[in-house]
Amino acid sequence: MDTILQVRHIGKAFEHNQVLRDVSLELDEGRVLVVVGPSGCGKSTLLRCINGLEQIDSGEILLRGEVISGQRKNLHLVRQKIGMVFQSYDLFPHMRVMDNLLLGPVKALGRPKEEVRAEAERMLARVGLADKAGVYPRTLSGGQRQRVALVRAMLMQPEILLLDEITAALDPEMVSEVLNVVLDLARDGMTMVIVTHEMRFAEAVADEVVFLEDGCVVERNPPEVFFHRPETERAKRFLQSFDYAPRRRAAQPGANTAEEQSAP
Amino acid sequence: MQDSGVSILFKGINFQRLLGGLWVTLRIALITIGLSLALGLVFGLIMLSRRKVLRGISRAWLEIVRFMPQLVLLYMVYFGFARLFGWDLDGETSAVLVFTFWGTAEMGDLVRGAVSSIPPHQRESAEAIGLTPMQVCRHVLIPQTVRRLLPQAINLSTRIIKTTALVKMINVTEVLKVGQQIISQFYRLREAPFWVYLTIFILYFIICWPISALAGWLEKRWA
Amino acid sequence: MAPALTGAFFVRGWTMDWSYIAAHVPDFLGGAWVTLSYGLIGVACSAVLGLLCSLVRVFRVPVLRALVRAYVELSRNTPLLVQLFFLYAGLPRVGVKLSAGACAVVGLTFLGGGYMAEAFRSGLEAVDRSQREAGECIGLTPLQTVRYVVLPQAFATAAPALFANMIFLIKETSMLSVVAIMDLMNVADTLRTGGGRTIEVLSMLVVAYVVILLPVSLLATFAERRMRFAGFGRQHTV
Repeated sequence: MDTILQVRHIGKAFEHNQVLRDVSLELDEGRVLVVVGPSGCGKSTLLRCINGLEQIDSGEILLRGEVISGQRKNLHLVRQKIGMVFQSYDLFPHMRVMDNLLLGPVKALGRPKEEVRAEAERMLARVGLADKAGVYPRTLSGGQRQRVALVRAMLMQPEILLLDEITAALDPEMVSEVLNVVLDLARDGMTMVIVTHEMRFAEAVADEVVFLEDGCVVERNPPEVFFHRPETERAKRFLQSFDYAPRRRAAQPGANTAEEQSAP
Repeated sequence: MQDSGVSILFKGINFQRLLGGLWVTLRIALITIGLSLALGLVFGLIMLSRRKVLRGISRAWLEIVRFMPQLVLLYMVYFGFARLFGWDLDGETSAVLVFTFWGTAEMGDLVRGAVSSIPPHQRESAEAIGLTPMQVCRHVLIPQTVRRLLPQAINLSTRIIKTTALVKMINVTEVLKVGQQIISQFYRLREAPFWVYLTIFILYFIICWPISALAGWLEKRWA
Repeated sequence: MAPALTGAFFVRGWTMDWSYIAAHVPDFLGGAWVTLSYGLIGVACSAVLGLLCSLVRVFRVPVLRALVRAYVELSRNTPLLVQLFFLYAGLPRVGVKLSAGACAVVGLTFLGGGYMAEAFRSGLEAVDRSQREAGECIGLTPLQTVRYVVLPQAFATAAPALFANMIFLIKETSMLSVVAIMDLMNVADTLRTGGGRTIEVLSMLVVAYVVILLPVSLLATFAERRMRFAGFGRQHTV
């Protein structure tokens, strides 16, 4: 498998606040990397650095072996290969759903409109929004908007997709309709970096989990290890802060002992 | 040395004469501002009235004065009233009348906007903590209204000051007219008009800009 | 009712001279055309200048930004009448000679540009930063992002202020007589001072302005409604 993304020793500070310290990652094609960690640990900043919304102070980022960090001029060409979806959807409110979807492929990639339209209709149908092509975003629910945002990113046929807490602003009952789309994409072999607070989803979707705290990579493990036998004390404490965890342990006494054993 | 014309400003009492001319417009503006702000408060309350007829009339008044160029209104009063009703108003009186007629409507609309921009739950939550209606007004509604109203009222004042320049067109001897008199007196100075009009331009700026800046500052502070 | 009112209120023996009015309709038509054309040219030039100025300010172009700021303050804090005197009577004496028409357009643009710049600026600033990021994230160039994502939303937000400025500028053309433009006001004034009948002249003047401004104002209301309908507001943010 080819390595698609390499992040090498990057650092980033805002004013005097060091947000990322010497972070390194790599990601193979078709794999899903989930980044978890407490608020303010630098997860979102990491994603924003990868697609150039923030400039890094040190280190480098490579996409398919080419350095993409540090350049300002042709950022849009890089971003055409990296899709990103935000917590706040950020659909364009002045455009109907279909125009939201067409804008990037037609204007940025110069693809023929009709071809993209057909593809967009297929993808809308796939996420269950076939009848929403002609409406304005404000008439959609949060979950529907976020699914449109996912389709918008996917229509650019990106090599890699970055998802930044895409369910954080949603009402609880809408979370799963969005996450199911993401699981579907993962099954199709989409390469993704996902920042999320939904631990169960993380466990289901991840090939690898990175735990970030204070801007450092604290732990990197496959999900079955990270969620059940975390190797570091900090990861363990973090996982315990989710209130569903103790209840689940109570239901499964076996898991409890396994975790205690793995503690250093 | 050839005289460039800038010296015209320092010949005799020319500069004082310009300032005197400016004072004529400023005086009209100040009277208008005073009257408009006071009458505008009342007019604003009428615009907020529960009676449809009152609201309709006040709305019509506002639309009419907004619709007509102020110069047309000025002509109607200055030239028209004399012919129609036999009232021979002088320029300054006509100007104060017309600009107050306009300023009152604009101020009233600002009052209406400021009052209705306060969300109803402000009053409700104030009543919920047991304040009397008087206390609600004094501690909750009026302070918020004033914060919205004051910057806009100050801005309206600069608009009134700029608008009073129009009295030149109804033969009031104000700063532009004085400038023309000075220029014709010193017609041999070729560049005199340039300096005279530049000076008037700057004088207006010196008066209006600090007031606008104050309004902008208040708006930012209270936003 | 009418005769009694006339007796009590109006100057004795005064009546409207309809034949005078009929005879001078063509004069006013000519004046109205001049007013409307200068108004619209002024609005168009101001809108372009204002948009450029607002972009300079919002995107923080160094140096230019300070110049634009100074210009906006100057244009908004001086009366058009004074600006026109300076252009028409002052500047030629230092070698800058503009025709009456050019003075009118430059004057209106100088005034209107400042107002338009402020309207556009508040529209641009109302567009969330995340919208720009979202545009860039789907691979648009910064320029494309401004064109397709930022400007349409800014226009919609700024629309009421832009239309208000439009009506304001058309009204301000009433001062163009000081640079010898034969607009409505000048036509009326010429007739009046030439011994014409004041009331008839003023009535025609009022009617002419209503005829010009009413369609503009209705169009503004209509366009604003449409934009608001299409437009989404900012309720979509979380």
